[in-house]
Amino acid sequence: MALQKSEIMLVVAAAVITLLSFAVPDWLAFTTTLAIASAMVVLGVVMLMRAGLVSFGQGLYYCIGGYAVGMGGRFLGITDALVLIGMGVAVTVALAMLLGLLLTRYREIFFAMLTLAFSMILYGILVKSQNLGSTDGFGVGNWTLLWFDPEGGKGSKTVLWLATAVGLAVALFLNRYFGSAIGLACEAIRENEVRVEYMGMSRRQILYINYVIAAAIGSIGGSLTSLAAGHVDPTMAYWTISGEFVFIALLGGTGHVAASFIAAMIFIMVRTYAVELFPNSWQLILGTVLLLIILFLPKGIWSLFTRKRRVAS
Amino acid sequence: MLTVWAILIDGLIYASWLFLVAAGLTVIYGVMRILNMAHGSLYALGAYAAASALGWYYNGVGDQLWIALAMIAACAVMIGALAGVIMERGVLRLMYGRDEVLMLIVTFAMLLILEDVMKLIWGTTPYFAYQPYAAMGRFNIGVLTVSGYQLMVVGVSVVVGLALWFWLERTKIGKILRSIIHDREVSEAMGVNVRRMFTITFMIGAALGAIAGGVTAPIISVVPGVGVEVIVVAFAVVVTGGLGSITGAAIGALIVGLARAVSIHTMPELELFIVYAVMASVLIFRPHGLFGQAVARKI
Repeated sequence: MALQKSEIMLVVAAAVITLLSFAVPDWLAFTTTLAIASAMVVLGVVMLMRAGLVSFGQGLYYCIGGYAVGMGGRFLGITDALVLIGMGVAVTVALAMLLGLLLTRYREIFFAMLTLAFSMILYGILVKSQNLGSTDGFGVGNWTLLWFDPEGGKGSKTVLWLATAVGLAVALFLNRYFGSAIGLACEAIRENEVRVEYMGMSRRQILYINYVIAAAIGSIGGSLTSLAAGHVDPTMAYWTISGEFVFIALLGGTGHVAASFIAAMIFIMVRTYAVELFPNSWQLILGTVLLLIILFLPKGIWSLFTRKRRVAS
Repeated sequence: MLTVWAILIDGLIYASWLFLVAAGLTVIYGVMRILNMAHGSLYALGAYAAASALGWYYNGVGDQLWIALAMIAACAVMIGALAGVIMERGVLRLMYGRDEVLMLIVTFAMLLILEDVMKLIWGTTPYFAYQPYAAMGRFNIGVLTVSGYQLMVVGVSVVVGLALWFWLERTKIGKILRSIIHDREVSEAMGVNVRRMFTITFMIGAALGAIAGGVTAPIISVVPGVGVEVIVVAFAVVVTGGLGSITGAAIGALIVGLARAVSIHTMPELELFIVYAVMASVLIFRPHGLFGQAVARKI
């Protein structure tokens, strides 16, 4: 299985991030970690978008991943980061397999609103859970990584390396997935789902598998975020957070896996500065940019690269 | 027995508030096929406008209850219709013909913009306009005490519902709108100015959202973010009843309102998500809501 050209680029990018992590200040390492983690949730949104579905509730799995890390350390005494992430994925897959049975029957705004409703149910439960810190959430305990014991548990370099490695694995997997039979069938469903059935494929089955994988990846993103931030709270499941993921997905576009990572990095960097400079007009900027993207760049920033390439050839 | 009465009355009050909030959303969706995520922001706009107008009025200008109520209505309708025109002419018009779900994202963008515009205009400190609520006192119904203002909200909701019904079923514009709902292209061919009808519809839908906010302003403290919370509940109501149907919105509001009242009086910890539970369970059995119409699949 030889690597494709764009996959080699992904590996190189991951290596560069790892090397640079020795040189950059902690805050930049932290920001990059958050961007990689968000990008994974965004990739889940992108997977659904490729099938023509918009999820306003991907925060559900983002939140489950985060809380699995927090609760695993707090109640079960598990400290290994990989085990904690795995627990989040296991819970997420179980829930997604259940919700997927229902959600795959819906399209367009119904899908969007139902996913939103489910994430708000989780938000409601968490807000009412006193022993989970209610609206304040709780701190994530110290964690270890295999035989490492990163300094203070929240070593921003270690979590960046972990995020880079996991992010690379997910990106390579999804790149193959998008080109696989089922990944291509998702695009076919977006174009015309009745014809997909004519070709002998089950659209429910395809959408179901796609949904569950998207959820699992979202959960990994949530776990990494909570490992990096050292804190979880119910807003992870609030629907405006899911809205931000939709925003990043549209910003990047569905053209390539790398687009989500680039878009997430842009988003998080801009947010870091915008929140400081214009605390009361950050959403104003966000909304305006969103409208501009929809009007002038409907395929996201990735289309800028491909457009340029077409001119060159 | 007392609990049953309390549930019924609380449920009715909450249901009428839900209907007020949801009516504009369902009108806009019914005619324009746009699920307006910014509806909650219009609600917040109405609430802010009413609260600051009442603040100005009670701060030395006068204290007549009926003038205050008239001011709520006037301010809400004016700011709602104004925001509606700007949103429809300025943004939505550029986007017509795109996917329904993309329009959802467009209105989400407008929600983000409006939230911050309101913060820039009114700041982040809460506004209070409790005077009309206090002035209307409380009534005894049997052994229960109900505030007069909340009873008035029930009345407003019934009036709005009837007016909408009359507008859609008994007037010429209503008939034209129904023809657009039925088949947009044919009505355009018959000489209907669909774009103008869209502007009118959006203005009315937006004004309804603002009225809901204005009416609610005396009951709550108006802070940034009130709209964001409202919109999800409003969605749940209209989706339960069937998107685009006024009757559906009314029935959905009643179901959700009663369900919430039952949960508050018997299982308070479920209160936050009972709304979504109702919506999800209705959609499992009737994917297009109770009064929604199934659409034929395209091949």
